[in-house]
Amino acid sequence: MSMNRREFLKIAGASAILGFGGISAIDALEKVEGAQVLSELKALKAKRWAMIVDIKKFKTEEDYKKVINACNHIHNVPQIANPKHAVKWIWTDTYERTFPDLEYEYAPEEIKQKPFIMLCNHCDNPPCVRVCPVKATFKREDGIVMQDMHRCIGCKFCMAACPYGSRSYNFLPPRSYIKEENKEFPTRTLGVVEKCIFCYERLDKGLPPACVEASNGALIFGDLADPNSEVRKVLSANYVIRRKSELGTRPMVWYLI
Amino acid sequence: MLEAAIKGRPRYWIWVSFLSAVILVGLIAWLREHHLGSGLTTGLSRDVSWGFHIGQLTFFVGVAASAVMVVLPYYLHNHKAFGRIAVIGEFLAVSAVVISMLSVFVIMGQPSRVWNVLLHPTPHSIIFWDLIVLMTYLFVNILCGWTVLGAERKEVPPPKWIKPFIIFAICWAPSIHIVTAFLYAGLPGRPHFMTALQAAHFLASAFAAGPSLLIILSMLIRRFSRFDPGTIAIQSLAKIVTYALIIHIFFIGLEFFTAFYSQIPEDMHTLQYLYVGWQGHSELVPVIWTSSILAVLALFLLIIPATRRNENTLAVAALAVFFSIWIDKGFVFVSSGFIMNPFGGVTPYWPALNEFLVAAGTWAIGFLILTILYKIAVSIKEEVVFDKYGEKQVQTK
Repeated sequence: MSMNRREFLKIAGASAILGFGGISAIDALEKVEGAQVLSELKALKAKRWAMIVDIKKFKTEEDYKKVINACNHIHNVPQIANPKHAVKWIWTDTYERTFPDLEYEYAPEEIKQKPFIMLCNHCDNPPCVRVCPVKATFKREDGIVMQDMHRCIGCKFCMAACPYGSRSYNFLPPRSYIKEENKEFPTRTLGVVEKCIFCYERLDKGLPPACVEASNGALIFGDLADPNSEVRKVLSANYVIRRKSELGTRPMVWYLI
Repeated sequence: MLEAAIKGRPRYWIWVSFLSAVILVGLIAWLREHHLGSGLTTGLSRDVSWGFHIGQLTFFVGVAASAVMVVLPYYLHNHKAFGRIAVIGEFLAVSAVVISMLSVFVIMGQPSRVWNVLLHPTPHSIIFWDLIVLMTYLFVNILCGWTVLGAERKEVPPPKWIKPFIIFAICWAPSIHIVTAFLYAGLPGRPHFMTALQAAHFLASAFAAGPSLLIILSMLIRRFSRFDPGTIAIQSLAKIVTYALIIHIFFIGLEFFTAFYSQIPEDMHTLQYLYVGWQGHSELVPVIWTSSILAVLALFLLIIPATRRNENTLAVAALAVFFSIWIDKGFVFVSSGFIMNPFGGVTPYWPALNEFLVAAGTWAIGFLILTILYKIAVSIKEEVVFDKYGEKQVQTK
């Protein structure tokens, strides 16, 4: 390609202008285009996504399994038996371990025996986001606390900051522990942190989170900012609790006991 | 000046070869971890996600910051005895910062992505600030140490332009340890870390452990070279260690009072776990008591003037302080904050052999840098014979 001096200067000048103003112009353009793509999708939208775990509706072991397996399968969550290295997005544990700061000794036997569902609380004031040195974990405008497994450097600071033990590090090569791979969701690599992402990829398609879909109404999901949403109705009609709410993290997962 | 590092007696080369071998072993252990996964090569777990290496970061940042205990009295208060060892302190800071930075680097699950920290600067993350303060401190200490030593070699006063950098390094030194304390002290749901005393306690223990190491290094330098760091300098360091150790022990007492007088369970549990065992777990009880006994032993040896002045008992005291605080900060502090897991239980942790070998590799890199820098400094001081106050700094052997 031949180019005379005049043409070269023109292109160079234009590039320089682009260099200064261009980045923000491209940025704005991308935002407009992105919004267009999103509006064409039948995405579920909210100002603040939230979830209620209606623990009374979990009756049989099968009720828990359905919910957990739905998530594990679609997100290629590695199934590692050793609890020290397990990767958990949604899981069960005892009442005592779910709410270590609440009264336990004289609690009803039924509560003591019952497994409780745990997952990322998608805190409104998330300490994990505060500490991440590379913004690999960040909060979306709709409140979902995201995890970018491709930017994560594996420093594990977020695991130190999370007061709920909701974050898992890939201590073992995760791909060796996936039985049936879902090709539509990325698998992970050794040495990165992962967690529940409130199925943002399903919300984009207009679908509720996989666990909610599999729960038969035991997991209620909706917009906390909308007074007519189901979550708001349940919250205003019932006594609910959150995990360690005294820490000021403002968890977005409530428990209906 | 670097030429001094490539001339040495056989024992120098044996020591350098030994350190290089340890570095190689550490490198292999680190590669092994990244090949197999830290699940198979470390004692870490999803509850105890930080352990031995972050302990080394915490401890050695303290050692690095403590160089200020030599540099400050010398440059701001004209404490002449420290004139000879100011550069010894600065070079210790250089190698300790290197160990600290490597100790963080080796825990990264994705080391190739580590520059994301600078590519996506995140001022609300303390790790970002830790990187900034440590890199700055490393740079100013190399600059100040090297320039002042260069002037000494030419037997001229140090250039005037270096003075602002020296003052800056003095002001900057505490920041590296304060920022390291902030890694822990602002985490909700980690009651053992959540104390406003953290940064102050870190500084106190650092100013005991760092100068203790300098006492030992000064004694070694005197034994293995003709350069004499000076008895007065060693005695001044001993007094600094004594006061800092008292404050460190006092701060431990304060933690006990707040936890047990308030009777808030989560504040008491970690201390109970550490000192007497809790929920049937007592893995760290012998470890923390070893630290406590060494601290008390050192306290007596340092407070009694006769044993502080006697260099044999002072050496014992310095070693006791160093290991007591290494156990406390480098071994127990970080992991115990995690062992008390977020579910109200205990998840035991003990470093694995591979983890220890990786840490040994980082120490060896630090000590290799220290050896080379000290070799250069000592060779120059031996050649110059007199310190800047006209006192003989070379022993006649």
